[in-house]
Amino acid sequence: MANRLVGRAVPRKEGGDKVTGKARYIDDLTFPGMLYGATVRSPCARGRIKGIHFEGGIPWDGFTIVTATDIPGKNCIVLLSDDHPGLAQRVVNHPEEPIVLLAHPDKYLLEEARRSVRLEIESLPAVFTIEESLARKEIIWGRDNIFKSIRVEKGNVDEAWAQADFIVEGEYRTGAQEQLYIEPNGMIAVANPQEGVTVWGSMQCPYYVHKALVCLFGLPESKVRVIQVETGGGFGGKEEYPSMIAGHAALLAWKSGKPVKLIYDRAEDMAATTKRHPSRTRHRTAVSKEGKLLAMEIEFVIDGGAYMTLSPVVLSRGTIHAAGPYHCPNIRIQSRAVATNAPPHGAFRGFGAPQSTFALERHLNKVARVVGLSPEELRRRNFIREGQSTATGQVIREKVDMAGLMERAFELSRYYAKTQRFAEENRGRRDKKGIGFACFLHGAGFTGSGEKYLASVVGVEATPAGRARILAASTEIGQGANTILCQIAAEALGLEYDQIEMASPDTGVVPNSGPTVASRTCMIIGKLVESACLAVKQTLVGSGLLKPDYSPEEFFRACAAYTQKCGPLKAFSQYQPPPEIHWDEEKYRGDAYSAYAWAVYVAEVTVDSLTYEVHVDDFVAVQEVGKVINPVLGGGQIEGGVAQAIGYALFENVVWQEGRMVNSQMTNYIIPTAADVPRIRTYFDEVPYAHGPAGAKGLGELPMDGTAPAIVNAIEDALGIGLDQIPVLPEHLVELLEVSRV
Amino acid sequence: MCDERHKVNVTCRVNGREYTLCVFPLMRLLDVLREELRLTGTKEGCGEGECGACSVLIDGELVNSCLVPALQVNGAEITTIEGIADGDRLHTVQEAFIEAGGAQCGICTPGMILAAVSLLGRMPEPSEEDMRAGLAGNLCRCTGYMKIFEAVARVCQKTGTKVNA
Ligand code: FES
Ligand code: FES
Repeated sequence: MANRLVGRAVPRKEGGDKVTGKARYIDDLTFPGMLYGATVRSPCARGRIKGIHFEGGIPWDGFTIVTATDIPGKNCIVLLSDDHPGLAQRVVNHPEEPIVLLAHPDKYLLEEARRSVRLEIESLPAVFTIEESLARKEIIWGRDNIFKSIRVEKGNVDEAWAQADFIVEGEYRTGAQEQLYIEPNGMIAVANPQEGVTVWGSMQCPYYVHKALVCLFGLPESKVRVIQVETGGGFGGKEEYPSMIAGHAALLAWKSGKPVKLIYDRAEDMAATTKRHPSRTRHRTAVSKEGKLLAMEIEFVIDGGAYMTLSPVVLSRGTIHAAGPYHCPNIRIQSRAVATNAPPHGAFRGFGAPQSTFALERHLNKVARVVGLSPEELRRRNFIREGQSTATGQVIREKVDMAGLMERAFELSRYYAKTQRFAEENRGRRDKKGIGFACFLHGAGFTGSGEKYLASVVGVEATPAGRARILAASTEIGQGANTILCQIAAEALGLEYDQIEMASPDTGVVPNSGPTVASRTCMIIGKLVESACLAVKQTLVGSGLLKPDYSPEEFFRACAAYTQKCGPLKAFSQYQPPPEIHWDEEKYRGDAYSAYAWAVYVAEVTVDSLTYEVHVDDFVAVQEVGKVINPVLGGGQIEGGVAQAIGYALFENVVWQEGRMVNSQMTNYIIPTAADVPRIRTYFDEVPYAHGPAGAKGLGELPMDGTAPAIVNAIEDALGIGLDQIPVLPEHLVELLEVSRV
Repeated sequence: MCDERHKVNVTCRVNGREYTLCVFPLMRLLDVLREELRLTGTKEGCGEGECGACSVLIDGELVNSCLVPALQVNGAEITTIEGIADGDRLHTVQEAFIEAGGAQCGICTPGMILAAVSLLGRMPEPSEEDMRAGLAGNLCRCTGYMKIFEAVARVCQKTGTKVNA
């Protein structure tokens, strides 16, 4: 009965509701007597709050007004640390920092009122760049502006320089990027001292929100309930910030005694919520004349914004991915997440890896040029193989064939023929064509001991009607979690896909399965679903009500008989790390991830040498992600990630002014449209992973990592100039080409 | 009939039903649909005419309902996502979106489906370039558009027409 459902393109569970407009997102819900909420935010980057004035012309008596002094518990949105206030009280540390909350039944009047709150703030000197922060121009966080430092040491880098035939250096930068889910953030809260706090909303991680509310209100865990409703995209952007919005909606509800809906408009969402961390990476590489990597010294810095939020974890993933899918005996990586007076940067698909992967895959092209090898030959001589170790000393035990993936990608994109043809044809033409590629990996699940500490739990319940219900806090945010988890359960139980249902992610109903992030849902949660299903099956078989090879009908009957006799049948399964996984958090050594996805992407571009516009003409994405549970959803993840990363490489430019995003509109922050994406051709190589459900690993973040460097390498091929920064905008190309002509 | 101050009567047909509404003349059609008629299938992604999540058909034309004042639809025929299926029977475009994986998070989907319906109405056999141009006003952050093109192509196969590559 192997793989009846796994590997099949069954339709998405909630697809019918989504195509008919029946799916209910947070802004589609209304509660009787509901008020609307609004947030008054800091106009300046850093300063002391001297006064809050409610100006004339507004009937303030009719408003619910909340400031920091109204917070019943601790004034912080707790995550990794407690430095992040729910509402600023004495000082502000970034533009758009929330200070006052308002609620009123009339949302038009509310908007007028929001603009009539005058904040008196005495401004303080602020820090806006990585350089200013590292130079400690001002100390704005802790003792040294550093949220986290990491050092990775492998072999002996210092001794390697002497043996090098070449030493190649480079510096690379990546900009901020807005997640730009099409559904802006929003929450509805009902809260009062008797019943506690209940929140509905758009989110990825119900238990993160739960934890933050427990702290903000000083309530016992049982008095806080968080329910995810249909969520219109997340990409990491709804990982941590929803806790803030939920807190605000709940504070207004608590004070007013009425349900409060707090929905961000697009400009507020873009300006105030998290974005991808900007980064700076410096490489110094020792290489032999045969093109063997002898030593890599990497300095990786990310801008975390004003509060810690998730920066240490983003830094960790970026650091571990910084040396890529290559074997090098001597590696030193020093990395830091630093504070600036910008809104905190946060989770975004890839989570630090796109930044450090961009740097490495650009840098290796430079190394190849210096050594006199083609970019592919240099990589071929250094790809990591089974039995070799990564930067953290993790010995790769899976089958890995980067060279094979690369050849496949080259064949599909006709790479060799095109490099040659473009070089010949580009001369004298206005349209310059180029082809480039990137090789990369992405670890699935939380880094290091993260999964062990999370100790996620998943339940499966056999209902009296003979259906199986998955109890997990994993959220469906478009990626297909509901569908693949049901496929995995149906496979494990020998039932049909339609006989499996998902319980709504409601902290009152489902156990804590951890957050829906880090490409972990399929591999980690899927595995727990699989084992909980097996436990249900075992219980039924063990009770004598079911024989080992049963039909779905027999399963129904057994469920009905069991529940009648013994009550509800639920099995829970808790995460256990696979054997042989060891991680030393102090030294940053060991098995950073239990499994990796491996990939080679090839991009073909045209650069118009008059307008400097870049168009991606073709894109080939080859990857090994273990068994693909659902090829349509899996393909959709890759294509969507590639498109998002095309934006990262070519269009998406956050314009900063004193820590504030000034282009916070869809008219001036540009994401790819249907006219901008090429045909994205996706291929999966499937090597079943022993510890994944039905052999699956993770894939959601992978496409974000390698797309931008592949594109920029293709631009280099077209124009013959090296670029060390994204996004690559036409104005950057003009400047660079002018310089290179002088 | 409409005696609230500053409000006016607007009469229009929505999904085949006639409504007479008493609304502020400048109220956005998007809000009229979502708040007055509780047709929440039409979504708001930007409120400034950029994303297309609020797309509806007015007299057969695809428009961004966030940019249309209520007054302007007096006498018009409006189709929203709720009016696309025939009772319980899905429209072929809706079916194709399910089969091809054209909807992920689903927030762009109502607008995207109306854009696809409008495109196929104008051009029964769109090429991939036609699709790119025809759907460029509707942003999707999830799919990378590939499976949306595939859904449109499937409709053509089902209805016997062919997509020119
Ligand atoms: S909401 Fe109307 S175009 Fe975005
Ligand atoms: S499916 Fe999510 S925006 Fe299109």
